[in-house]
Amino acid sequence: MSDTTHKLTVKDLKSDQDARWCPGCGDHAVMNAIQRALIELDIPKEDFVFVSGIGCSSRFPYYMDTYGFHGIHGRASAIATGIKIANPELSVWQITGDGDALAIGGNHFIHTIRRNVDINIILFNNQIYGLTKGQYSPTSFKGLVTKTSPYGTVEEPFHPGELVIGAQGKFFARTIDSNVKLSTEIYIEAGRHNSTSVVEVLQNCVIYNDKIYGYLTDKDEKENRQIILHHNEPMIFGKDSDKGIICKDNKLKVVNIGENGITKDDILVHNAKEINPGIHLMIANMHYPDYPVALGIIRSVDAQTYDYDVNHQMEEIRAKAKIKCVDDLLNSGNTWEL
Amino acid sequence: MNKKTKVVERDEMVIRFSGDSGDGMQLTGTLFSNTAALFGNYMSTFPDYPSEIRAPSGTVGGVSGFQVHVGHSKVKTPGDLADVLVSMNPAALKANTKWVKQGGVIILDVDNFDEKGIKKAGYDSNPIGKEFLDSFMVVEAPITSLTKEALKDIDLDRKSILRTKNMFALGMVYWLFGKSLDYTENFFKEKFRNKPMVIEANKKVLKAGYYYAETMEALCPYNISRAEVKKGRYRNINGNTAIAWGVLAAAEKAGLNVYVGSYPITPATGILEDVALRRDLGAITFQAEDEIAGICTTIGASFAGKLGVTTTSGPGLALKSEAIGLAVMTELPIVIVNVQRGGPSTGLPTKTEQADLWQVLYGRHGECPVVVLAASTPSNCFKYAFEAAKIALEHMTPVILMSDGFLANGTESWRIPKMADYPDIKPPIVKEDTKNWEPYKRDNKRLARTWALPGTKGLEHRIGGLEKDALTGNVSHDPENHEKMIRIRDEKVEKVVNFIPDLEVEGGKEGDLLVVGWGGTYGHLITVVNELREEGKKVSLAHFNYIRPLPRNTRDVFRKFKKIVVCELNLGQFADYLRMKYQEIKFNQYNKIQGLPFTVIELKKNINKILEDKSNV
Repeated sequence: MSDTTHKLTVKDLKSDQDARWCPGCGDHAVMNAIQRALIELDIPKEDFVFVSGIGCSSRFPYYMDTYGFHGIHGRASAIATGIKIANPELSVWQITGDGDALAIGGNHFIHTIRRNVDINIILFNNQIYGLTKGQYSPTSFKGLVTKTSPYGTVEEPFHPGELVIGAQGKFFARTIDSNVKLSTEIYIEAGRHNSTSVVEVLQNCVIYNDKIYGYLTDKDEKENRQIILHHNEPMIFGKDSDKGIICKDNKLKVVNIGENGITKDDILVHNAKEINPGIHLMIANMHYPDYPVALGIIRSVDAQTYDYDVNHQMEEIRAKAKIKCVDDLLNSGNTWEL
Repeated sequence: MNKKTKVVERDEMVIRFSGDSGDGMQLTGTLFSNTAALFGNYMSTFPDYPSEIRAPSGTVGGVSGFQVHVGHSKVKTPGDLADVLVSMNPAALKANTKWVKQGGVIILDVDNFDEKGIKKAGYDSNPIGKEFLDSFMVVEAPITSLTKEALKDIDLDRKSILRTKNMFALGMVYWLFGKSLDYTENFFKEKFRNKPMVIEANKKVLKAGYYYAETMEALCPYNISRAEVKKGRYRNINGNTAIAWGVLAAAEKAGLNVYVGSYPITPATGILEDVALRRDLGAITFQAEDEIAGICTTIGASFAGKLGVTTTSGPGLALKSEAIGLAVMTELPIVIVNVQRGGPSTGLPTKTEQADLWQVLYGRHGECPVVVLAASTPSNCFKYAFEAAKIALEHMTPVILMSDGFLANGTESWRIPKMADYPDIKPPIVKEDTKNWEPYKRDNKRLARTWALPGTKGLEHRIGGLEKDALTGNVSHDPENHEKMIRIRDEKVEKVVNFIPDLEVEGGKEGDLLVVGWGGTYGHLITVVNELREEGKKVSLAHFNYIRPLPRNTRDVFRKFKKIVVCELNLGQFADYLRMKYQEIKFNQYNKIQGLPFTVIELKKNINKILEDKSNV
């Protein structure tokens, strides 16, 4: 279905509606990166569908000149699933936030991943409820003071990667709003990968949770606090590329290359295509300050998708079916003349 | 068939099979009704089973029943009281004696009337021979021991042998009604294809029961001759299957495929199961993680061009409320089927009721109008499912179709329609690059917007739950636009009145009393009204299938009667709805809310009371 007459441009993807996110909100950058990625996918504009739930990020579909569906709170995965099953030719993108996907929509989120419906879920994780003006979310760290936790929360947060992998996710990547280049690369891969592709975007809310990822964006220290993963490459990081990750005693460990006899050969090579999700879970769960936070594609394995299986099964059944129309159906089984 | 005894001709009879929920009574009843149907009788059936998967065996709570009404002419209900009751144990007798006609036949498996069984059923002592059974003809058959005796040479374990005893009872009933064993024997061959021993055992026991009834000389056989109804090909159908097939029929006429997104819930699950079988007709079913995902995937599928259907019962409908609002706002054509059961909360899951009407009409936030239809017989669930889909697709609106536990599980004989006799359905799907197209532009006749499917070049657009601009569909917070849209959505539903038939009155167009009903009570109400008319009373029936909007002539129909009584299985929800619409008219009520259908007897008594009440004008 590729359109050879006209290569899509970013401009083609912008709708006539002005983006109404706060100035400085990370959402602007995310949209920018997604638009840059879409034009690389060789998919005609009319085949893109953006689906969202409720929250700041969920306004996203209105700003895209593609098909779009702004749903109700938490239900974007379900709506997107229906669209994709109904027409597997479409490229379906779900835009959601930490409250939308992991609180009110948690059930749909995990079941969509479990079924492996071929949609791309972009999870804007700002660890706060922005649209309702500053309440804690299921990803807020324990102790966060917000309007509904004036003395600090007393609950443990969800880590999206852990949830995705626990639900048998086939594709999980993490990026940060400010790194448009990395984000664009990841969205392209997510769009190409046939599975429920979940991308967690660490996104800054300038109003209610500003600089929650400041430790990762700090100019001087960010290279020491994040690690950008590449498939088949050693997990090396640090300003001077002198730090690495090794796996010892079934645990990940940060080491300094050149110290204690550690050489580059000892460093763990990232394999995003490993079927067994154990190592991916450990990588997804690397938290600052004990570890650098992993960005990039953590897990990307192949599997049959739900939408393919449903439609393939139907074709097989139809090919050898005795019942070809409703008249056949009505007259099937026990019937008699009166 | 060797019939020495004199045969009694009857126009219609009611047979009730009852036993422990593990005794296979639903199967026994189904085999009997299919046999009678193949012979040419007309019928209506109703299963009555407990909601526990397996209540303690031998207790009244665990009794499962299946009632079948067989007729020489069109029977419209499963019958109030049984002419013949088969009772496999004391608990079944205890639960069902009140449902047997005076003078009726009760066949008992006396082997189970031991001390333990009697106690479990809650009798103080053996009921056989007691006075309360004097008015019935009790047949004491040692069914269990005769079953064992019949299979003494068959190499089967005890459990498998005992499992066939329902076939002994069925054999007896076949003799009693002069029915052939062929259908049932063929059923064994199909069902136990790889178990020749089980086929043999069931056949043996079925025959043993048949010959036992013949030789015991305690029973007098009946004959109900072939039905004289409109010529044609017939089948049995229950309401759930009819709804499944009705939406498939609508999809075929619309050139679309069906998508059903549902979560299993009693008594609606059968619809999902029946559509799931129909991959051959291009239907997709999606068993969702919950009721909300059921409807939300349906909305998504509808956006992408399927005939979207979601099926549920009252508690599930409550969970879907918010998403119904989304479908109203996005003006997508989905069908929501609500198979009502006893409520509130988990209530009586396996029992029937009509108490979801207000929920269906009003149970959403905001001004949130939808079209509401109600099927009224198991077989016309087909017609109204078709109609619900047609209205949804042509008017671009969600439609709620009401059924209930009685229609869902009840079966009746159905003259098979031909799809050529059904109208085409024309959804307003727009083509590529349509000039001057706007997502919320609408036609004047129906106020329906058009349907631009993702993948259509040049028609990219966004819809969603936020208020829409009346033309572009863009988000609009403009106060006047909001009111305009509220009124458009309301008027769109009201305009459906121009596309539905007038309300029909059965009986005279004017008279002393108009009986009003809606939904699944039709069979009982028409039976009563016909009986009263035969007695010379000026009584008619107006039964509603279109609930919102109400047929255009409704007021005119009401005004021609001196009194009106609205009969429904709730506390008066439809009566109140009518009062709101027709404030000058007085509506009497007759209500029952026991999880059971009406009986003709109680309806007649109460309708007569209203008819005769001089103070009530």
